[in-house]
Amino acid sequence: MLRAAFAILAKDVRIEARTKESLASALVLGVLLVVVFSIAHDAPPDEAPRLAPAVVWVTFIFTGLLGVQRSFVIEREHEALAGVLVAPVDPAALYVGKLLGNVLLLGVMQAIIVPLVAVLLHVDLVPVLPALVLVLLLGNLGFASLATLFAAVTVRARAREVMLPVLLLPLLVPVLVGGVKATQAVLAGGLAAAGEPLAVLAAFDVIFTTAGVLLFEQVVRD
Amino acid sequence: MSAPPIAARGLRREWGGRAVLAGVDLRVEGGDVVALRGANGAGKTTLLRVLATLLRASAGELSLFGHDVRAHAADARRRLGWVGHDTACYPDLTGRENLGFHAALHGIRQAAARVGEMLAWAGLEAAADRPLRTYSRGMAQRLALARALLHRPALLLLDEPFSGLDAESAERLAVLLAELRRAGTAVVLSSHDAGRLAGLATRTATLVRGRLEWS
Repeated sequence: MLRAAFAILAKDVRIEARTKESLASALVLGVLLVVVFSIAHDAPPDEAPRLAPAVVWVTFIFTGLLGVQRSFVIEREHEALAGVLVAPVDPAALYVGKLLGNVLLLGVMQAIIVPLVAVLLHVDLVPVLPALVLVLLLGNLGFASLATLFAAVTVRARAREVMLPVLLLPLLVPVLVGGVKATQAVLAGGLAAAGEPLAVLAAFDVIFTTAGVLLFEQVVRD
Repeated sequence: MSAPPIAARGLRREWGGRAVLAGVDLRVEGGDVVALRGANGAGKTTLLRVLATLLRASAGELSLFGHDVRAHAADARRRLGWVGHDTACYPDLTGRENLGFHAALHGIRQAAARVGEMLAWAGLEAAADRPLRTYSRGMAQRLALARALLHRPALLLLDEPFSGLDAESAERLAVLLAELRRAGTAVVLSSHDAGRLAGLATRTATLVRGRLEWS
C-alpha cells in the first residue's frame, strides 16, 4: 500500500512543481486575505497580536479549500483517475497518497502565511515556534483528512467550487475552533496551556483520517 | 483447467432508471477476441467499464480469472488492461513519466526498461520527454495503449481503440492484437469499424436492449 501511496504523492508533487497551479492561486488568495484582515481591523500594535490566531486559521481554511480542490481536478482531466482505479491499488493507498500531497501543499502555504501574519500583526513567533508548529501540523492534518475525502466526493459535481465549501465548512468547525484556541494558548503561555484544544485537534485527525481510509473506495468508485 | 478471463452472468446496470445492461451473459476464454458492436448509447462503454471493475454492476455475477470482483478485485486488476475513450494519463506529465507512474502502481520490476520498450512499441521515443498535453490525438491514444499493455495483461478491454489512430498506427494495433490472440490473451473491444473488426475478432456480439446477441 505504501509503495502506491508514495507513487501517487510523487506524481502529485511533480505535477504541482511543474504547473504551480494550486500553490500560486492559494498563495495569492492567502496573501490578499491576510492583508485585508490586517487593514480592516487596523488594530494598534499592542492589540494586533490578539487577532493573529483567527486570521491565521480563517486564511488557512479558505486557501486550503482552493488547493485541495485542484488536487482532484487533475485526476478528472483525461480520466486519469480511472487509470489508477483499474490498477491493483488499494483505494486507501490513493487516499493516503492524495492526503500526504495535500498536507505538504498546505504546509508550504502555512510556512508563508504564518510569518506574514506575524509581521503584519506584530507577533513574535520565535519563542513559541516549536509549539506553534505542532498546532499547525495537527490542524493541517485534520483539515486535509476531511477535505481530501470531500474533494473526491465533489469533483464530479458541476458546481464543485460551491459544493466543496458548502459541505466541508460546517464539518471543519472543530478544526477552526481548536486551531484558534490552541494558537491563542500557545502564543499566550506555551504548549502546556493548549492541552484541551490540542486534544480536540488530535481526535479530529484520528477520526477523519481513519474514516477517509475506510470510506474512500465508496467515494471514488461509481 | 484455468479459470476463464471473463465469466459474467446476468449483469445489470441502470442509469437514471433505464437498464443499460439488462442481464448480460458473457464468457471469454484466453485467445478469444470478442468484438462488441451496437448503436451509440447501446451500453458498450458501460459493459467494458463493468468488466474493467470501474463500475459496479447493479446485479449479476462477474468473475475475472476466477476471482469474484466483489471480493477480490485487486487480484483481477493485476491481469487486466483497459483503454477507455480518454488516455487515463496526466496531461502535465511526459509520456515517460506517465508510464513510469503506472509501472510503479503495478509494481513492475526494471520499470525503466519496460517503459522504454513500450514507448518504442508506441512509436513515441522522440516525444517521450514531452508533456502529454502536447501530443496529437493519435499519439495520446498510442500512449494509452502502451499504458494498458505495460504490465502484460492477460485480458485486454478496449473501448474504440482505433479511434484517432492514423492508418499506420491502426495497422500496428491490429498486428499487435493478432499477436496477443496467438499468445493466448483475451481481448474484448468495441468499435464502429466493422471492416477492421472482421479481420480481428474470433466472435462478434451486438448489444441490443441491454443484452448481447451473438453473430
